[in-house]
Amino acid sequence: MARPGKVMQSFAAALADIPDGAVIAFGGFAGPGTPYNLTRALLAQGAKRLTCIANTTGGAQQPRMPDIGMLVENGQVAKVVCSFTAATRPSDVLPFTRFYEAGEVEAELVPQGTLAERLRAAGAGIPAFYTPTAVGTELAEGRETRVINGREYLLEYALPCDVALLRAWRADAAGNLQYRRSQRNFGPLMAMAARLAIVEVEEPILPAGALDPDQIHTPGIFVQRLVAIPPAPEGLWTTRRQERAR
Amino acid sequence: MSGAASTGWDRQQMADRLAREFQDGWIVNLGVGLPTLCSNTDIGDRDIVYHAENGVIGYGPVLPPGEEDLHLVNAGGQNVSLQPGAAIVHHADSFGIIRSGRIDVTVMGAYEVSAGGDFANWRLAGAKGGGIGGAMDLAACARRVFLLLEHTTRKGEPRLVARCRLPVTARGVVTLVATNYGLFAPTGEGFAVRELAPGIDLATARAATGAPLLPA
Repeated sequence: MARPGKVMQSFAAALADIPDGAVIAFGGFAGPGTPYNLTRALLAQGAKRLTCIANTTGGAQQPRMPDIGMLVENGQVAKVVCSFTAATRPSDVLPFTRFYEAGEVEAELVPQGTLAERLRAAGAGIPAFYTPTAVGTELAEGRETRVINGREYLLEYALPCDVALLRAWRADAAGNLQYRRSQRNFGPLMAMAARLAIVEVEEPILPAGALDPDQIHTPGIFVQRLVAIPPAPEGLWTTRRQERAR
Repeated sequence: MSGAASTGWDRQQMADRLAREFQDGWIVNLGVGLPTLCSNTDIGDRDIVYHAENGVIGYGPVLPPGEEDLHLVNAGGQNVSLQPGAAIVHHADSFGIIRSGRIDVTVMGAYEVSAGGDFANWRLAGAKGGGIGGAMDLAACARRVFLLLEHTTRKGEPRLVARCRLPVTARGVVTLVATNYGLFAPTGEGFAVRELAPGIDLATARAATGAPLLPA
């Protein structure tokens, strides 16, 4: 029997079965790789008590694009795991931070490299690892450390996810992905850390075999669902220039 | 300089002074905010590779509106260019570069730095939330940690102190600090004065510093 196809016709269909309580990783770093369309569809889908894993909960800038902060405002989030629970610039106030300061959502603040490696470990079948990062800080208080070759390291656990929501540049029907430039960021790690990776794709999805096997950033074995981003205004593109490029 | 009270170097001058410490062949990681100004500094024919935590190795100047590549940002989200020889990796490899000691210097902003080389830049007093980003990984693992910060807070309180009052990002790692008042090196007992900005004398700098200043 042939395996079911990975290409879905809508973001809503791709997210329909995400249950309440799911642990979801969101790709993206300062724009590139952020799954705006899937996040907007998740706002409409309405799953609750989510744990959201991402570098940030979204920016403070206007106009806002769909982000984890909006899911929090929509009452869908129990906890976030991220490397910023407040903005870098103290004068910027993230929408998320207001809910966090009010105790309406839980947060686990993780150094960015530790976040990346915890995801990598989950995808690589490694349960935990030692890192020098955060030793001697408040984050290490009361936690297990170990001296190896004369240096102190902190024990960190893998961070497996139920779902990864990602954005890529190109894909083929087998689910093989290519990211462009800094769009790659957390994408390959989150796809591997999750049991269900759903990807919004910028270029039209190609037939299997159209991408060179030597030039794949995330192999299709880690990708379960693909949705091609439709032209604006139906699809969310970061800028007018990207829309025109379509 | 006239007799008017000087505030020393401006932001770009501070960054320029620090960037002139970069040596030929270094891999340099610039943090968000003030440190990004270091990439504007003309350091002659020294060959520097800029690394950004989001996996961009070998980026160049920020591109003007209309010429940006919207798939490409540095750590501060600015649309940068790529230099010949650039490469892109994912986040785990990017932090592998950091943790394995391949970054020659990281330049970060900070709220406070202590005479012992501890520094704080992730959570303000009284705040529940904080912003760590890549700062703890870089601080723990880069070969050198340089800081770029205003010498005092807006209220005039010193940022160069005997001990950090805010939660630290890492301990004992800072080797060089550029402020609007000059260039300083933590020694354990205090800060060695490497250079004072024009118009700033030792008495002025001492009055604005929360730890002993040790003349060169």
